Amino acid sequence: MTPHVLTRSLDRSATVFLLIVAGLGVLIPLSNLLLPSGSMFQVPTYLVALFGKYVCYAILALSIDLIWGYCGILSLGHGAFFALGGYAMGMYLMRQIGSRGVYGNPILPDFMVFLNYPSLPWYWYGFDMFWFAALMVLVVPGLLAFCFGWLAFRSRVTGVYLSIITQAMTYALLLAFFRNDFGFGGNNGLTDFKDILGFNVQADGTRAALFILSCLALIIAFLICRAVVTSKLGKVLIAIRDAESRTRFLGYRVESYKLFVFTLSACMAGVAGALYVPQVGIINPGEFAPGNSIEAVIWVAVGGRGTLIGAALGAIVVNYAKTVFTSGPLAPYWLFMLGALFILVTLLLPKGIIGTFNAWYEPWSAKRLMAESPAREDGVNEPNPAE
Amino acid sequence: MNVIGTRTTSALLYLDGVHVSFDGFHAINNLSLTLEPGEMRAIIGPNGAGKTTMMDIITGKTKPDEGVVLFDGVTDLTRLDETRIAELGIGRKFQKPTVFESQTIEDNLLLALNVDHSVKGTLFWRGSKPDAERIERVLETIRLKDSRTKLAGSLSHGQKQWLEIGMLLAQDPKLLLVDEPVAGMTDVETHQTAELLKEINKDKTIMVVEHDMTFVRELGVKVTCLHEGTVLAEGSIDQVSTNDRVVEVYLGR
Amino acid sequence: MSPPSFYFRRGRIVPANVFDRLRALVLSAFLIAAFAVPALAGPFEDAVAKFANDEFSDTDEAVGLVASSGNALAFPIISALQDGRLSADPESKKVFVTGADGKIIDAATGAAVASLPAGASAVRLNNRLRRTVEAALGSLTLLSPDPAKRIAAAQQVFKSHDEAALPVIDGALAKETNKAAKSAFAEARAAILLYKADATDAEKLESIAIIKARGDQEALVLLTGLGSDASPPVAQAASSAISAIQSNLALWSMVQNAWYGLSLGSVLLLAAIGLAITFGVMGVINMAHGEMVMIGAYTTFVVQEVIRTRYPELFDYSLLMAVPLAFLVAGALGVLIERSIIRFLYGRPLETLLATWGLSLVLQQAVRTAFGPTNREVGNPSWMSGAFELGQITITYNRLWILCFTLAVFAILLAMLRYTALGLEMRAVTQNRRMAASMGIATSRVDALTFGLGSGIAGIAGVALSQIDNVSPNLGQSYIIDSFMVVVFGGVGNLWGTLVGAFTLGIANKFLEPVAGAVLGKIAILVLIILFIQKRPRGLFALKGRAIEA
Repeated sequence: MTPHVLTRSLDRSATVFLLIVAGLGVLIPLSNLLLPSGSMFQVPTYLVALFGKYVCYAILALSIDLIWGYCGILSLGHGAFFALGGYAMGMYLMRQIGSRGVYGNPILPDFMVFLNYPSLPWYWYGFDMFWFAALMVLVVPGLLAFCFGWLAFRSRVTGVYLSIITQAMTYALLLAFFRNDFGFGGNNGLTDFKDILGFNVQADGTRAALFILSCLALIIAFLICRAVVTSKLGKVLIAIRDAESRTRFLGYRVESYKLFVFTLSACMAGVAGALYVPQVGIINPGEFAPGNSIEAVIWVAVGGRGTLIGAALGAIVVNYAKTVFTSGPLAPYWLFMLGALFILVTLLLPKGIIGTFNAWYEPWSAKRLMAESPAREDGVNEPNPAE
Repeated sequence: MNVIGTRTTSALLYLDGVHVSFDGFHAINNLSLTLEPGEMRAIIGPNGAGKTTMMDIITGKTKPDEGVVLFDGVTDLTRLDETRIAELGIGRKFQKPTVFESQTIEDNLLLALNVDHSVKGTLFWRGSKPDAERIERVLETIRLKDSRTKLAGSLSHGQKQWLEIGMLLAQDPKLLLVDEPVAGMTDVETHQTAELLKEINKDKTIMVVEHDMTFVRELGVKVTCLHEGTVLAEGSIDQVSTNDRVVEVYLGR
Repeated sequence: MSPPSFYFRRGRIVPANVFDRLRALVLSAFLIAAFAVPALAGPFEDAVAKFANDEFSDTDEAVGLVASSGNALAFPIISALQDGRLSADPESKKVFVTGADGKIIDAATGAAVASLPAGASAVRLNNRLRRTVEAALGSLTLLSPDPAKRIAAAQQVFKSHDEAALPVIDGALAKETNKAAKSAFAEARAAILLYKADATDAEKLESIAIIKARGDQEALVLLTGLGSDASPPVAQAASSAISAIQSNLALWSMVQNAWYGLSLGSVLLLAAIGLAITFGVMGVINMAHGEMVMIGAYTTFVVQEVIRTRYPELFDYSLLMAVPLAFLVAGALGVLIERSIIRFLYGRPLETLLATWGLSLVLQQAVRTAFGPTNREVGNPSWMSGAFELGQITITYNRLWILCFTLAVFAILLAMLRYTALGLEMRAVTQNRRMAASMGIATSRVDALTFGLGSGIAGIAGVALSQIDNVSPNLGQSYIIDSFMVVVFGGVGNLWGTLVGAFTLGIANKFLEPVAGAVLGKIAILVLIILFIQKRPRGLFALKGRAIEA
């Protein structure tokens, strides 16, 4: 009945999406590195970093779509998982600076010397090793999501209540990370990175490699999401989204399912954050701001929730618009635009770009197929999770 | 522990002295009721008699303030949650038909199938031939075979009722709680539903809540009349419908 | 009111500052002195001349002599010394006082001088001298005709326990008729006696009793400073007085925390009441609620601007005018929002959340564009500025008024829901929309009005919050999470729950703060609420039953 995981995950649009991502992931770095600078087709390094940032946002959007679009969990605190992943990576990068910091302390990062830390806090141990930091990128957000979700889902906190307490969670973390004695650089966060795995983070080659890695991460995240939502578990998630208590009466342990996707999604957000930090060169407590998390939700809404591709697309479209607006004379109007986007998308385009396109395209293509091949009687059934 | 040591009753479902109140309103008041294995029971009663609340108690949605609720003579249902109770083999059809509207009829039945319901089990689930055959049989029983790939949301009200009964069948419980199965159905559909329930009753225990007296009469089973959260009368439909107190409750004085 | 009260800075909650008052006195005394003909010559002039030696020991001596001279110039001279306005010419040994208004007089004679001699420089002070000067000034003002100044001076002596002031205190105490001043003198006298080497034990014990009765932080400092050379009975009495005062102070700090908690609770309640209507009663999750508060605050600003420029005499009434205006502005905006956005999103709470968040961004940016991104100055009317002492704690009028105001708003709202036709309709629509509609209630009109009411109350909250918080486009954002916490904690759909929730959170926050620090205290509260929601997902005062499951 259910076909093999790859065949069921890769329908036509998923394949097209993956090919585009893979294509850009190869072409952009190649053009940056191989073509002479100043050439019409050469992508400047700053753009590579900018696109890399978009790709990280796309992964974050995917992780939100997985829980919101498919399981109805609207997290307004996903920025926290993103930032935690970013901090884990940032800690690694800080340790890599070594004695090249302003104060030249081989162990303590500059801000610790400045704040008179006698020695390295215990929770900074191990972050000089990449594998450990990489593990923490998954473990820290995952563990927080697991603990938080375990408490929340078990006591059946749902809907807007859950949204509000996730927002409170990221707000609490924001306050905590702003503190100097919390040991993460306080207000200024972590910055002035030098090396990653021995390569200069500023170098063109490193940036290109980070971009490729981000695209790869997006592809993997997308495949994982597809595998999850096309499995029977995906059907259970949709069942929970649409009629939670009905699902429970069928004998499903709803809280376990929610906990599973929530934790998975937090890990994905953590990875996005970890890839984001070396490309933008800084991580500070501002990433925990509730506004950031809710902005990420609107990317998903714009692209179309419950479509995965839409989430990634939405993240890129909205952030591109943000870059265009905030760097030009229209900068003061960006918040009007963003605010209007929230309102208009929820009112006029509740299915988002992809969802609306599907709704318009599918009946039309089904009709055409029917006319061409009368053999397929009950029409092509493309299960549309967006509905 | 939820299992009481010795079996004290032969009944599949045993309620005794159950009380529930919401903010001072006594929804269920000293309710006692037993259902023998293989029995089909019809529950009638005016609005607010506590029929749905009783089902909520049996399925674990509502916890009683006091009283005993035993399943199969040994399991104390008041200590279990909905999932556990469903796993024990109690299936429920809601008053308002509740199906997964954005999924196909086939998927609705697939979700209801009595197979591994764990996260791991569903994530790595691969269909098996017996499963497919069971879905096939249920589709046939509920007469939705031709529209199996339609979205459940596109079905008519009566078809949704049937689909929900079909989901109960796929779930394969020992006890079926059926809340108002024929609301909004045509006479023909009502008749078919009665036949279907009688068919299911051949190997399952059923509790049906229904207002439609023609339907209850057609089922031809023992009837319990609830009023203000307690049992007012019990017996055949003829006995109950001629009971003075029942008439009083339904028609007022 | 006189114009300067406009500029009474927000947040000035310091109890009346002694030195401010002294400076004012200097000015007036100086004006009198300028016309007075100095009658005395000889010892006073010699004493003044010592200032010109530029030796700390001579200056010390001079302060003592001048202070005890009884000369009318003594006060202006010593206060000028304190402020660095006393200058001396080492050649002519002449000493000059430069008044606060820039006029210069000869310190010895009081005669006006055109300008300072070229060699004149300010008389220097060190820390020890500064204390002497303060004490001397204290004893000089002990005889001021103004009781408030006498009390302030007595307090000063209490702190310095300078033996030199004893004769003045004794004299003043005998003549004193003002009750508060009399007890201040008695306390000052007790402080002096306690430290006086040749006072008897009986006198010291009596002093300790008086100081213990005073029971504040300064009394504690005085007693703990006593040292170990006291006789055993005195030392024992002092230590028992210390512990009594400490436990007394601990009690007062509890009261202080409770008051701060009530005050914070009232702010939370004020911000949350409107939300309790829109979210609690209607189930609409309005993330732009904080912006309604902000708009109320800006309405206050505009009202004050108009008053400032056109009718400055009405300033004290500015808040009274702002309250109904803020209600109307925010309420009208609320109705507009409900009609244009929210009504299309009923039954879709998550979408409502997103749309109203977008709205909050637009409103913030609109206000930022119109009024600028920086804080705007909103003044306190005279009746809201200042503070009074209650036992050992200070209560500011603005906080007190806000507490009263909040409770009044709450009571009015409660009465409105219970006794008016609109309140009845609101409750009907909330409980059963279809039934209400079939009873002839225009449900959509009720929806709009309910939302308008909630928004209007948020606007009123903005008026009050403008008195204690910075009026900036971000004002609302800082309240939104707290407000939701209050409503969720208290139990949705229950105004009393909101009341209890707000005060519980306020007090808990203020009691945690001294233990954990402000930020960690806030984090702890958030974590506790998250844990609490686990236990009781529907809040403190949850409704039970089938109806809410829908």
